[in-house]
Amino acid sequence: MTGPSQHGDEQGKDARAATTTPAEQIVAVPVRHPGRWVAAAILLVLVAMLLNSLLTNPAWGWKIVGQFLFSERILAGLWVTIQLTFFAMLIGVVLGVIIAVMRLSKNPIVSGVAWTYAWFFRGTPVLVQVFFWSFIAKLYPYLSLGIPFGPEFVYFDSNILIPIFTGVVLGFGLNEAAYMSEIVRAGILSVDDGQTEAAEALGMTRMKIMRRIVLPQAMRVIIPPTGNETISMLKTTSIAAIVGAGDLFTNAQQIYGSNYQQIPLLVVASIWYLLMTSILSIGQYFLERRFSRGVLSGRGGFLGRGARSEV
Amino acid sequence: MNDTVAMVKAEGVHKSFGRNEVLKGIDLEVRPGEVMCVVGPSGSGKSTFLRCINHLEKINAGKLWVDGELVGYQQKGDKLYELRDREVAAKRREIGMVFQRFNLFPHMSAIENIVEAPCQVKGESKSVARERAMNLLDRVGLADRSRAYPRELSGGQQQRVAIARALAMEPKLMLFDEPTSALDPELVGDVLAVMRGLADDGMTMVVVTHEMGFAREVGDSLVFMDDGVVVEQGRPTDVINNPQHERTQRFLSRVVGTAQ
Ligand SMILES: Nc1ncnc2c1ncn2[C@@H]1O[C@H](COP(=O)(O)OP(=O)(O)OP(=O)(O)O)[C@@H](O)[C@H]1O
Ligand SMILES: [Mg+2]
Repeated sequence: MTGPSQHGDEQGKDARAATTTPAEQIVAVPVRHPGRWVAAAILLVLVAMLLNSLLTNPAWGWKIVGQFLFSERILAGLWVTIQLTFFAMLIGVVLGVIIAVMRLSKNPIVSGVAWTYAWFFRGTPVLVQVFFWSFIAKLYPYLSLGIPFGPEFVYFDSNILIPIFTGVVLGFGLNEAAYMSEIVRAGILSVDDGQTEAAEALGMTRMKIMRRIVLPQAMRVIIPPTGNETISMLKTTSIAAIVGAGDLFTNAQQIYGSNYQQIPLLVVASIWYLLMTSILSIGQYFLERRFSRGVLSGRGGFLGRGARSEV
Repeated sequence: MNDTVAMVKAEGVHKSFGRNEVLKGIDLEVRPGEVMCVVGPSGSGKSTFLRCINHLEKINAGKLWVDGELVGYQQKGDKLYELRDREVAAKRREIGMVFQRFNLFPHMSAIENIVEAPCQVKGESKSVARERAMNLLDRVGLADRSRAYPRELSGGQQQRVAIARALAMEPKLMLFDEPTSALDPELVGDVLAVMRGLADDGMTMVVVTHEMGFAREVGDSLVFMDDGVVVEQGRPTDVINNPQHERTQRFLSRVVGTAQ
């Protein structure tokens, strides 16, 4: 409850009445902002023009949009997009954590391998990588299990083992792992050295310290950018259309390839992408709020676990 | 006393960080049940020496034993073998350490902080560990705060939880690195009282501190370190009242001067 801004607030007055004299109400003419009104008017006109075009220009083909929005092929594509995003992020996060931990290893070979991985996958376009993994069967027609440079026990035909979907997931996932490793590394480095030291002094092994002490605390730093990465991944998977992975964008393209209704089908795809990113954004908003609560409130537990104490 | 094995024994311990030689040959001995207080100016190597005792730092030369066993190495014949991470970790279980900045795990409540190591390291059952943890919390006067998170506790309370956390591993030796230096003056007393209780129960302790009152009343011996060497050691009252070396005199006049 601070002074001037509270004028007219009866409660504020009462609270202070005991110790101070009642605050005098400020009577003043508020500052006028003509520029804001002009800007708002211009924007309104532009929005009206856009709406008018959306409704009156027949090329938008709203009827066709309605016809395809819930069509079987679009929904099937949507499902593939969701799966692509999920599995690519799964690989990205798991491998990202492993590479981040490797990067921080004292063994120069281990950290060197991790560094090279990040260097390679961040230094080449994801589009090229997706192509690459989709065509990997050309490079290694057979995969085999056996002793390196020694006898082989099992053979796989790469064309069967790595269908398009798997190739695309690998392409996105391995690429994502390089970016996730940087995020995870920043998270790990954000944890105070004293934490590791205290855990070491208690006789915990390095793996246990990472798993029980460091990573849980690093999460606070890791979670928000991971949400961004997921949203970005959802959109990036549309690149998979280029190898015909059967995702939302692939199917939209194939439909307008036969009926020549490009704009309506691009609208259909955009509506679904927008809806999914919005849902993820809402999820991210709540995650972030939850994760910052324990920190910002200065009470309650870590990671908002102590939220109950605020109720 | 000569027939018992020293709890800590240092012989010519050297430690360098790069070119910076921090410990320049430390010799000392801590008997079982002894409370040794270590004082000295900032940068003299007190923390470094403490960290060498539980092998958080590797020594470059000399020898260091805890309870008759070499720290960080194994001697077979006349050859030294470095211990594996796992073996080093195993030995640390028997040495408790308390830090200036408490270093409680912020994502765990007080009781979770205390049961973490017994459960994860010793594989103790949750119920056994929790029961001991409650006893320990009671002992440090915080039985009613078992479910509080570190950020909900005052510095003095955090440090007492940290002491309980170290004791939960049932160590035979406790190391304290300026346990009260980060505390508001009115909170120091509670922590020192807990440490005094430990000393009375016969715990072997090495305490780096600037609390000369504690050193005088609780300490069995006082070590004055400066510039990586032990300058003077003896009974606390002797060293404080009658320091032999000019460096000790200078340091004590500053510390005792400000403390009173
Ligand atoms: N990890 C490290 N890397 C490099 N130098 C270090 C490291 N730890 C300590 N030092 C150096 O070793 C010297 C002794 O440090 P130490 O922390 O042991 O002193 P201290 O006696 O505990 O001092 P204080 O009273 O300030 O805690 C200092 O010069 C410090 O800069
Ligand atoms: Mg120190």
